[in-house]
Amino acid sequence: MTLLKDGVLTNEELEALPCVPGRERMEKGAVVVIECPQDIPCNPCEPACPKGAIVVGGPITNIPVLKEDLCDGCGLCVAPCPGQAIFVVDLNHGNDEAAVSLPYEFQPLPDKGQKVKALNRRGEAVHEGTVVKVLTPSSFDRTAVITVTVPKELAMEVRSIRL
Amino acid sequence: MKKVELAVIGAGPAGLCAAIEGAKHGLQVTLIDENIRAGGQLFKQIHKFFGSGVHRAGIRGVDIGSQLLDETEKAGVEVMLDTVVWGLFEDKVLALVHEGRSTQLSAERIILAAGATENALAFPGWTLPGVMGAGAAQTMMNMHRVMPGKKAIMVGSGNVGLIVGYQLIQAGIKLELLVEAAPEIGGYSVHASKLARNGVKIFTSTTIKEARGDERVESAVTVSVDENWNPVPGTEREHEVDMVCLAVGLSPLIELARLAGCGFKYLSELGGHVPLHDEKMETTQPGIYVAGDIAGIDEASTAMEEGRIAALAAAESLGRLGGEEADALKKSARKRMEEFWDGSFGRRVKASKESLSVKE
Ligand SMILES: Cc1cc2nc3c(=O)[nH]c(=O)nc-3n(C[C@H](O)[C@H](O)[C@H](O)COP(=O)(O)OP(=O)(O)OC[C@H]3O[C@@H](n4cnc5c(N)ncnc54)[C@H](O)[C@@H]3O)c2cc1C
Ligand code: SF4
Ligand code: SF4
Repeated sequence: MTLLKDGVLTNEELEALPCVPGRERMEKGAVVVIECPQDIPCNPCEPACPKGAIVVGGPITNIPVLKEDLCDGCGLCVAPCPGQAIFVVDLNHGNDEAAVSLPYEFQPLPDKGQKVKALNRRGEAVHEGTVVKVLTPSSFDRTAVITVTVPKELAMEVRSIRL
Repeated sequence: MKKVELAVIGAGPAGLCAAIEGAKHGLQVTLIDENIRAGGQLFKQIHKFFGSGVHRAGIRGVDIGSQLLDETEKAGVEVMLDTVVWGLFEDKVLALVHEGRSTQLSAERIILAAGATENALAFPGWTLPGVMGAGAAQTMMNMHRVMPGKKAIMVGSGNVGLIVGYQLIQAGIKLELLVEAAPEIGGYSVHASKLARNGVKIFTSTTIKEARGDERVESAVTVSVDENWNPVPGTEREHEVDMVCLAVGLSPLIELARLAGCGFKYLSELGGHVPLHDEKMETTQPGIYVAGDIAGIDEASTAMEEGRIAALAAAESLGRLGGEEADALKKSARKRMEEFWDGSFGRRVKASKESLSVKE
């Protein structure tokens, strides 16, 4: 199955994107992973990054390009993305643990410390993770950014949660 | 009979932007919409819009509507809500009905921005309560706060199906599956991925065969289709759902353009019969313009630009704007539109639009 059949990006499709950081950068700690593979007319991610790490340029149908060395994983670009295609992955969260920050627009919101099901790109529960952060500043405009812990090997798998 | 310089019919993104732009250039503008609230499609769209910053992308559709409405008021546009335009006669006379009373309005220029209507799909059981258009489901959920069902199937994987599918989940409805008859997902993959990661199964080359139930939908039967869209016998599957949501396309709402005697062309890429129009959005009837989904189904971003272009042309033709200034403004609006159409999704729209243009 490929993306255009079932909506699930494969790891090969992902690694080919200019907006996904390389392994080396990932190992250094929190960094953004942008899963935006098509030439759609969209660019709110670009002005959302205060460090200039995301470049769409013109025409706006360009696929975003990540300047991985400029990104410090602050997560400010996660909520503004209308495609909910932006995540922050921190492989150095704990010894064997990684943290994934993801956009969340369902009610109710989880509490900090709550155990939740961590879902992969197919919506399958692959782990029970702990919510370590719930961010809802007004600038995020009602899209919460939730950070959940997962085993390191699932950091590039988990992309949603279920309470 | 009341007289205005510019009458804009439909207060969606196209009509709102047309009215603002017209008023900005000194026209006396009346904006008419049948709903009790202006905004058209925007007020159902609780999601953040894609598009570019200049088109307010990243902002929720409903908030874009409120912003445009504020600007309309500030610009001094007269807004007539809860008012249906039911006739368009010779010499640009509009027939309106408001609270059961019929009146007429004469306009020097008219911009038709009536939007679109949802397509239906006929299959056994399609008249059962519980079968509805995606737009109808959205109106119930997002405007009236009514849950249209508990377990749903979505038919159609264009952006409307994908986005409304996600909004069903947000409303607390379980979206069991989404089917698409074409071999590939039609809308943006990022919207499809949002569904997939929240547990919605998407089946391409699959369509709905039947809705079953006594008084209302109790289940839906899907079937695989081959490359010629013929059902493949033996692939039927029954799903327990109480709601079948159809997102199988929109058609331009062209009745008024027909009454006005405009010329048309059938273009499936643009949703059906579309009024012919030139680069200024003027139809084959001088002084009558079109903008937004009525001029070919597309996006709010391009609807806004078309509204602006039509209003600039109207202002120019009434002598409120010098030719050079008008050309420069229209050109920059067109440039923003072309940028939007640059990718593989917009290219077909752009090509179809070009084939529509009336030679001057
Ligand atoms: C689910 C969904 C999601 C979408 N998401 C996006 C997105 O993320 N980004 C984007 O750019 N676009 C999006 N769109 C597309 C966008 O909403 C439409 O392209 C846009 O609203 C078209 O604008 P319009 O002004 O032409 O028509 P509309 O918004 O439909 O407005 C037309 C208005 O005219 C009124 N009207 C019609 N006939 C009459 C009459 N005879 N008398 C009085 N009033 C009349 C109607 O009631 C309506 O209020 C989405 C559409 C849908 C359905
Ligand atoms: S995480 Fe922060 S620094 Fe990195 S791309 Fe997003 S906004 Fe920019
Ligand atoms: S804002 Fe999101 S969907 Fe839009 S281009 Fe950027 S990453 Fe893609």
